[in-house]
Amino acid sequence: MLRFLARRLAIAVPTLVIASMIIFALQQLLPGDTATALSGEERDPEVIAFIREKYHLDRPLPVRYVLWAKGVLQGDLGESIRLQKPVLDLVAEKLPVTLQLACMAMLIALIIGVPMGVLSAVKQGQTADYVANGIALWGLSIPNFWLGIMMILFFSVYLGWLPASGYVPPSESLIENLKAMIMPAFVLGNAIAAVMMRHTRAAMLQVLQSDYVRTARAKGVAPLAVILRHCLRNAAVPIITLGALEFGQLLSGAVLTEQIFSVPGFGKLMVDAVFNRDYATVQGVVICTATTYIVLNLMADVAYFLVNPKLRRA
Amino acid sequence: MGVPLLDIRDLTVAFASDGGTVHAVNGISYALSEGETLGIVGESGSGKSVHVLAMLGLIPMPPGRIERGEVLFQGRDLLTLDDRALRRVRGGEIGFVFQDPMSSLNPAMTVAAQIVEPLRIHLGLDGAAARRRALELLDLVRIPDAARRLDQYPHEFSGGQRQRVMIAIAIACKPKLLIADEATTALDVTIQAEIIGLVRELKREIGMAIVWITHDLGVVAGIADTVQVMYAGRILERGPVDDLFADPRSAYTLGLLRSLPDLAGGTKGRRLQPIEGAPPDMRDPPVGDPFAPRNRYATERCFREAPPLAQAPGAAPGHLVAAWYDLRGLLARERAAP
Amino acid sequence: MNAGTAAAGAKPTTPRVEKPEAGPLREVWLRFLERPSAVVGLAFVVALVAIAALADVIAPYDPFATDWGAVRSPPSLEHPFGTDEVGRDLLARIIHGARASLAAGLTSVALAVVLGLPLGLLAGYAGGIVDGAIMRLTDALLAIPFLILAIALAAFLGPSLTNAMVAIGLSATSIFVRLSRAQVLAIKAEEFIEAARAVGNPPWRIALRHILPNIVPAILVQATLTIAAAIIAEASLSFLGLGQQPPAPSWGSMLNVAKNFLDQAPWMAIWPGVSIFVAVLSFNLLGDGLRDALDPRQRR
Repeated sequence: MLRFLARRLAIAVPTLVIASMIIFALQQLLPGDTATALSGEERDPEVIAFIREKYHLDRPLPVRYVLWAKGVLQGDLGESIRLQKPVLDLVAEKLPVTLQLACMAMLIALIIGVPMGVLSAVKQGQTADYVANGIALWGLSIPNFWLGIMMILFFSVYLGWLPASGYVPPSESLIENLKAMIMPAFVLGNAIAAVMMRHTRAAMLQVLQSDYVRTARAKGVAPLAVILRHCLRNAAVPIITLGALEFGQLLSGAVLTEQIFSVPGFGKLMVDAVFNRDYATVQGVVICTATTYIVLNLMADVAYFLVNPKLRRA
Repeated sequence: MGVPLLDIRDLTVAFASDGGTVHAVNGISYALSEGETLGIVGESGSGKSVHVLAMLGLIPMPPGRIERGEVLFQGRDLLTLDDRALRRVRGGEIGFVFQDPMSSLNPAMTVAAQIVEPLRIHLGLDGAAARRRALELLDLVRIPDAARRLDQYPHEFSGGQRQRVMIAIAIACKPKLLIADEATTALDVTIQAEIIGLVRELKREIGMAIVWITHDLGVVAGIADTVQVMYAGRILERGPVDDLFADPRSAYTLGLLRSLPDLAGGTKGRRLQPIEGAPPDMRDPPVGDPFAPRNRYATERCFREAPPLAQAPGAAPGHLVAAWYDLRGLLARERAAP
Repeated sequence: MNAGTAAAGAKPTTPRVEKPEAGPLREVWLRFLERPSAVVGLAFVVALVAIAALADVIAPYDPFATDWGAVRSPPSLEHPFGTDEVGRDLLARIIHGARASLAAGLTSVALAVVLGLPLGLLAGYAGGIVDGAIMRLTDALLAIPFLILAIALAAFLGPSLTNAMVAIGLSATSIFVRLSRAQVLAIKAEEFIEAARAVGNPPWRIALRHILPNIVPAILVQATLTIAAAIIAEASLSFLGLGQQPPAPSWGSMLNVAKNFLDQAPWMAIWPGVSIFVAVLSFNLLGDGLRDALDPRQRR
């Protein structure tokens, strides 16, 4: 277990370092004088001087990266010039909202995607399979921001059942919070559900053809029990690892969904920051996203390790 | 003999495929008595495995399809049973051992969980009682230190031990019939012999009938009472093991015997002779004797008309052959000629 | 089709051991035609390209022409799709918007393939440190989700359709690095590559003559599917205001505006969305059809 973890870490750490370099290098893309550009709307010489000082703009690039990375490691993601707040505080404030959205979306994706994938694999080549594949293709092809708009049109404008926007923290009213979050979560989960369906179908097809499933059937195990006891546990491995890879897609989608439903999360923070030319915040959000993604994949590897008895004891 | 344990009549199985219908099993009929051990021999594609899998509903349908026939097991036609009733037969009254012990056990379940499963389904055993029985079964198939090994996963067992576990699962509910489908093919020769020895002992203890399916005539010699040779979805020859080995009447059986390295059947000291040619394309099976194109003794009639399976003249009773030619006479003439 | 075209269409490919050979182009084409969904996908893609190419000819109005007398008018005979908040004809804008979507899809994927394929070939073929470095870089790029990277790039480069395409292309590069590397590794292990090496072919020759032709089908399929994703990405960026800049028409930015008039002019939101959906679906169908046709083993 430890050796396995060490090996995964040996891949994850350099990946994270390179990702941070890329994110740092984004600054260099800014046209003109970096300090002026970084200050965004502000033209106050004092602010520009502060930035020059803060980002050590008089030092060579590699040194600046090291100083910046050191700060990031200590939790200093920079300062939002616009909001006059440390980026870390902003992220910490918005992250729970996005996490709630992402978890709800993932849950919806699993609830829809996994049974559909199982059904489609079990009924391979039959009508149910084609229908499930059709739905998945629909889910993959529909732009989720448009789906969001259409849902607002239907459920908020036409039926008036759900609020079109307006986030309520769960601490205030859980019901209102769920009412505000259900549409964005569904919109976000929709595309992932299609992907999960495809992964589940592929994994199940492979498992269904395996010899041990035939053994189970030869033992007289009922079809449903074959699927639940014998297949899903083995199919779970690829579903978990591939599912974790979808988390990136989830965060990408969250940016749009939050924008449409005005959910004050991570993605909205980023888009607002882009328009406010609040570059430190953009960088901060990206670095947090990348870290989350890498950590999640590491966790998926560990989960993979745990559900696979062969790896666990060997 | 009374009512046979298993009575298969005119069983015909086909598969739909891209290139047309594959006629895997073409109207085979045979019977098996209680306590009898039947060895079914044939190469892959002969229908030897497919027909037993099909009669127990273990082939995917579609594309598989049972076109006609009856399979009477203890007087009941398995082909007309609904899914539920068929499941009670599978694993309860008929136990199965498959070829590859590496892949036939579920890698994500402990051995105990896999042995307990048929006990729970068919005998209603649960909890401690089921576990006790599982332990007994592991002992019965001679797995040392069974109590400790119960909670291990399949990958912690060697190939031979895994096949012992498979056998434990198959005999868990004291079946009337054990079907072993190439059960020793994937194993080393020494382990093969051990497993065959174990099955013979278990047969004595439990008194079940056995259908032992293999491509290896040598394995059959060590275990079967009756041998049945299959080719292209048909039975070409069938008879008591000694008689069939000593006096083969089908050219295909002869070919199989001659390709065996060392067997107490008069082939000793002879050069090994592989059978020339390839089995027919089962999407378009030949009209006549399916083996005719590879058979140097084939007559013109062999290509035209499929021979029925009938008592071989001058052979032991119950020694049946499907051939238009007289292999015994032809061989005698060959021996006489220089 | 007669025997003559069959012979002409037969492209000699290097035999593959593991996967069944893609086979002569004609066979692939026939297999492709067997699937109605694939044919529909192809037809729609062709139609889309035609619409984008002939936009100036077929559009009923100038997509920039405002008409203050017909602001947000619902679909009618005069304006089949209705008009937007400044009275521009929506049909004309949808037709012209196809250009932005297609251009973004094709250009960004072309960029991703041009960058990703050589890197993947190099990584897979060279192995060792080169492979490690390229893969870490790819992993790092992959760790930043597609749209987030694209938004960040668009933010720092400044919002424009060109920058959006560059951003999408860069974010999609890692897909092609990984794919071509995996393909190279799989093919490298096969016997005919051993044989090619044994007769003294230099590595670059093996890579270009023996490996590259074998991974083309996989790249082609992935490229088609990625175009679908890139069209969504462009629409997303434009929707966020980071792609095509107004007043130039783009389906994404049209939706952005439409969002504010949902209760008064829902048609403004419907047509651009349907257009994106149909475009993306077509490329997805085409990609799935190509995969099935090129690799019959995976057929359902």
